[in-house]
Amino acid sequence: MSGKTLYDKIWDAHLVHTDPASGDALIYIDLHLIHEVTTPQAFSGLKANARRVRRPELTLAVADHNTPTENQAAGLEGVRDEAARNQLAALTRNVAEHGIEFFPMGDVRNGIVHVVGPEQGRTQPGMTIVCGDSHTSTHGAFGALAHGIGTSEVEHVLATQTLRTQKSRNMAIEVSGQLREGVTAKDLALHLISVIGTAGGTGHVMEYRGDAVRALSMEGRMTLCNLSIEGGARAGLIAPDETTFEYMKGRPAAPKAGAWEAAEAHWRTLFSDPDAKWDRVVEIRGEDVEPTVTWGTSPEQAIPLSGNVPDPATINDPAHKAAVERALHYMDLAPGAPISGTPVQRVFIGSCTNSRIEDLRAAAKIAQGAQVADSVRAMVVPGSGLVRAQAEAEGLDKVFTEAGFEWREPGCSMCLGMNPDILAPGERCASTSNRNFEGRQGRGGRTHLMSPTLAARAAITGVIG
Amino acid sequence: MKAFTTLTSTAAALTHKGRLMANVDTDMIIPKQFLKTTEREGLSRGLFFELKTKADGSPDPDFVLNQPAHQGAGILIAGDNFGCGSSREHAPWALLDQGITCVIAPSFADIFHNNCFKNGILPIALPAEVCEALAEQTGGANHRFTVDLEAQTVTTPEGATIQFNIDPGRKQSLLEGLDDIGQTLQAGETIDAFEARRAHETPWLQRRAS
Repeated sequence: MSGKTLYDKIWDAHLVHTDPASGDALIYIDLHLIHEVTTPQAFSGLKANARRVRRPELTLAVADHNTPTENQAAGLEGVRDEAARNQLAALTRNVAEHGIEFFPMGDVRNGIVHVVGPEQGRTQPGMTIVCGDSHTSTHGAFGALAHGIGTSEVEHVLATQTLRTQKSRNMAIEVSGQLREGVTAKDLALHLISVIGTAGGTGHVMEYRGDAVRALSMEGRMTLCNLSIEGGARAGLIAPDETTFEYMKGRPAAPKAGAWEAAEAHWRTLFSDPDAKWDRVVEIRGEDVEPTVTWGTSPEQAIPLSGNVPDPATINDPAHKAAVERALHYMDLAPGAPISGTPVQRVFIGSCTNSRIEDLRAAAKIAQGAQVADSVRAMVVPGSGLVRAQAEAEGLDKVFTEAGFEWREPGCSMCLGMNPDILAPGERCASTSNRNFEGRQGRGGRTHLMSPTLAARAAITGVIG
Repeated sequence: MKAFTTLTSTAAALTHKGRLMANVDTDMIIPKQFLKTTEREGLSRGLFFELKTKADGSPDPDFVLNQPAHQGAGILIAGDNFGCGSSREHAPWALLDQGITCVIAPSFADIFHNNCFKNGILPIALPAEVCEALAEQTGGANHRFTVDLEAQTVTTPEGATIQFNIDPGRKQSLLEGLDDIGQTLQAGETIDAFEARRAHETPWLQRRAS
């Protein structure tokens, strides 16, 4: 019998039973993260059926998707958008009714759900974690099996603390060697997606392996796992190691001394056995990864910063050709043009992908002593109140504001534009977020995904480069 | 959840320059401004909003679902990786509200695919060339397709029958329109037993209820 992958181990440890009729597995959920947008209908469903939340203490709520990024201290009354306010009020009522811990808007612990979980030490190796948000894959950086679910499943988890699901296949992403100086986890993730495509990981759980992955900080690992869903995989995993344990020590919800030793001993068993069986292996040389940006309307439409956008005239496959033509037209780019030098009007540094303290430090390094170009409006949105406070303690807020960046309060913000932070039609944005879909950041808006360093550079120079 | 057994309906194909659109993402299916709701109903107004309306808000007559022949189409045909992107269940809710209960594409993104089954929508995966061929037959108001889940077939307006595959468990729950939570709660004792074991084996995961 062959060994087990890390995914196999976590799966087996959480398998409650397999339903004989449907063949569905019932998986126990250790942590259920919830937010205002994908839960109101789930709580209504519970109410309609007179059901209760089975384990409220394994559930944590934040307000992040449609919160404004200014004047949060004013509370719900300060939210001008009535529909957003109603949704936030519904979450406040629902968590109170069911005894669920909640960091409301304005609480320093509040922020983007995938920043808050790790920051609080709620995210731990070996756990199963779900949330009604596809970027739940972020938590896989700790060796936790974490993925997005729909609202019907949110209701199911609330009522039963389990998920009905089916096992995915195992996919290894082996990144050998080291990333070159100045190349980040974001570049690696975009490069990988450009290689495998946005459906490349469909039906699989990806495990990121190899020296270049081991060398990443926890925050870099979170960026990498965050983007697993953009490569089609519901979950990404990185086996926990010293870097993980070091990051977790002393966090509010991490095991305390006494419990820590047993927990760490368990965590050290969480790795893929050398003889584990992989359904698919993708190999990447760390040295081959260049600073990478997207040119089109899908995360797979990514090229090195030194590269040119594709020319449909050279593409034979009709479906591919049509997709490239559509994306070039939407993005208003000339076939075959270099991506470097493309002017931007907006810059967004934030999102669950890149809004942690290391991201802000990297951007501040570029902003230090420089000025945002006159043609650009640039915004920095920290991932949580605690990230914001840390950045302010380091003086990064001053670096940004003196350079002409707007220094905002935490939330998902312009990553998905549910709050007032959106692009106007035709505006082009250098963004550290995760999706460049048509209309994602505002109807007619054009998004180029990139690292915080490249986004900050675009703010200063006014062009991608 | 409403059961899905058979469906006889016209179909609409999402195309661009004569080819089925690949990577139709959830932002395209229903953009963000329609997610600020606490209801599941009424979302068809946001379905494909940026494709079906012009920038000035008026309907775009070129968009397939705005065309008279495709009014009331219960079947949608699209390209590879349909439903990629976010986990928003508003995407299947919007399709359902529009009356679309079957989507045919070469492949689907995982979370969207899953969400379909929770809402009585049947996603059918067929080879790309078959999807393209089906799209070519969606032309007129009386071009009706029949989908039979029990038999796992799609019958075209021309009378050809195409077989599709589906996971047997998922097929059964669609056919019966089963309530997942009700079923799981029947296994309550198994969950209790698991929790007791979990408390013993990984005690650091226990948290006190507030």
